[in-house]
Amino acid sequence: METPRDTSAPPSGQQPSSSNLAGASPQRGRSSLSDTGNTGRRGDAIFKFASSGSGIALLVIMAAIAAFLTVRAVSAISADHGNFLTTSDWQTQADPITFGIAAIAIGTIISAVVAMVIAVPVSLGIALFISHYAPRRIAQALGYVVDLLAAVPSIVFGLWGALFLVPHMIGVNAWLNQYFGWTYIFHQNEPGTQPRSLFTVGIVLAIMILPIITAVSREIFLQVPRAHEEAALALGATRWEMIRTAVIPFGRSGIVSASMLGLGRALGETMAVATVLSPSYVINLHILDPAGSTIAQTIANQFGESQGVGRDALIAAGLVLFVITLLVNGAARLIIARRKEYSGADA
Amino acid sequence: MSSLATSSPLSSSLTERRLPRWMPIANLLLALLLAVAIGAGFDLSSKPQWLLIAAILYVVIQYVSSAVVEGRRHAKNYVATSLVWVAFLLALLPLVSVLWMTVSKGIGVINANFLTHSMNGIAINQEGGGIYHALIGTLEQVALASLMAAPIGILTAVYLVEYGRSNKLSKAVSFFVDVMTGVPSIVAGLFILSFWIIILNMPFTGFAGSLALAILMLPVVVRSTEEMLKLVPNELREASLALGVPKWLTITRVVLPTALGGIVTGVMLAVARIVGETAPILMLVFGADTINMDPFNNPQSSLPLFVWTEYSRGTDQSQARAWGGALVLIAVVMILNLVARGIARWKAPKGATR
Repeated sequence: METPRDTSAPPSGQQPSSSNLAGASPQRGRSSLSDTGNTGRRGDAIFKFASSGSGIALLVIMAAIAAFLTVRAVSAISADHGNFLTTSDWQTQADPITFGIAAIAIGTIISAVVAMVIAVPVSLGIALFISHYAPRRIAQALGYVVDLLAAVPSIVFGLWGALFLVPHMIGVNAWLNQYFGWTYIFHQNEPGTQPRSLFTVGIVLAIMILPIITAVSREIFLQVPRAHEEAALALGATRWEMIRTAVIPFGRSGIVSASMLGLGRALGETMAVATVLSPSYVINLHILDPAGSTIAQTIANQFGESQGVGRDALIAAGLVLFVITLLVNGAARLIIARRKEYSGADA
Repeated sequence: MSSLATSSPLSSSLTERRLPRWMPIANLLLALLLAVAIGAGFDLSSKPQWLLIAAILYVVIQYVSSAVVEGRRHAKNYVATSLVWVAFLLALLPLVSVLWMTVSKGIGVINANFLTHSMNGIAINQEGGGIYHALIGTLEQVALASLMAAPIGILTAVYLVEYGRSNKLSKAVSFFVDVMTGVPSIVAGLFILSFWIIILNMPFTGFAGSLALAILMLPVVVRSTEEMLKLVPNELREASLALGVPKWLTITRVVLPTALGGIVTGVMLAVARIVGETAPILMLVFGADTINMDPFNNPQSSLPLFVWTEYSRGTDQSQARAWGGALVLIAVVMILNLVARGIARWKAPKGATR
């Protein structure tokens, strides 16, 4: 048992000293017993130090991200002639430097909300389809495909959004404006403009986060204890009633956290937004108009032509984004953690 | 119940009346027919509208007929079923469209010249040029990032599973690993920008990019390695410790080899994730059209960055190159994923049923 494992698995280069290994190998025989004790204890100490050090290094990185972003952000905000929170302009090269996150924060939120409104119901549908509706063989393959799609880089979605979806959205926009223009949201100030709008961005983001939300919630739907489902069916429930009474309650917190993971990704997405949207720094709640911008896009677009304070201003915007995603993800994780404690999922 | 009188004795006639099996198909045909009639009658030009009308009609007809024969509960069940199907088909369309567009537009660009030449001296409205410089850049940056993130990540996971069973530090680390998973790539890029480039005054290089990539990779490696280490049966550890093997040797020679397949899979999936990252590369590596083999000096390019720059150059020729780059990128990511999952299946720890 021991020997083949020794030869088959080369230690992965993190040992403090490789000579200790020989001491432990069975070929050395009896004499090694005593010195394994010694080197073992030292090795133990070193290895424990290395592994806990890595854990601490991870915490240090997180702290450093917050610290360095804050330092640069503070120096940027002190040079700002406008109010950082309520200004919507982004003028970092003009003489009185004025910039603020009002417009881009609202743009970020609008695009993410559009994405969530589309993606969450659809991906729950797909997850249910894979876990409870599709035939088992197909379901497995579909789960696989969804996992693969979750790995498609965002720049590809961006390319598709800009070169395929934007031209195809003109008709949809006109239709929405015509029949739902009265809702204010879907009103277009200038009908017929290129649909490089927050709405189109929201759709691209929705398509992007679909696989992630689906993958996580499918995982959770598959964990529903069979006994619960069979009990519901045995009581005469239809399939939908079984899902409503057994699957959804069990998976509710999982659904919430899956959605929030998707939300976190939608908020921080850069390239898919940068390719699709034509940015402008105004607050415009008509989401079909080509106006508005998001935090991440502003950083990517402005970065090339920014120097000094301009870069610091972008870092300040990045700090806001960091805090927002931190809160969203932290909340999602807390919900998951609570579920682990109370759900009896192991039963 | 009166249902005993109905025709089909094989279906669950004991309880309630059911719709005959052909009914949904008949309803579907009826809905399609009506939709075509409406579409032609009102002269609606767009075919998706016809389909939409058909779908809505189908759900309504199905609901009504089921409600009449079987009662509302079953009718609702039908509606839910069709909604789930609609959700699935609806999602399939764009996802398939993304893949189809990339393959169909990219395949025409890719040839030996595209893979072995850089963009040096190629004007934006000129055909030709290639991704060689970007491939080199991606390869080096990702390799450097993996060299940094994989050891730290694996050791952190070892700490979480083997040493820090639910003490304060490991709880904090575990929480922040999760939070770190959600750090947007552009924020990781900004951090390296402020720390490495603004404060330490380093130049834009491939290495700066790989620092940001390592930050993005780290939590993924930790999480997947942790899951794998948890799957290693405790009996193996106990047997080894009972033989007097020190703990660190138990970990390096028993626990890690047992979980090796899963760990490799995790690292490869993490690599697949960072290969496609554009934003931090855009900020830290800056891009170049020429071949730069040295990741520690001067700007480089990378595959996703190549796609972005070629897209934003805006000519037909450059956007064709962007599709080609996107196809290569997707192929790389898919291959990494498939190989990783293959390894996972091949090397799955025995006795673990997942």
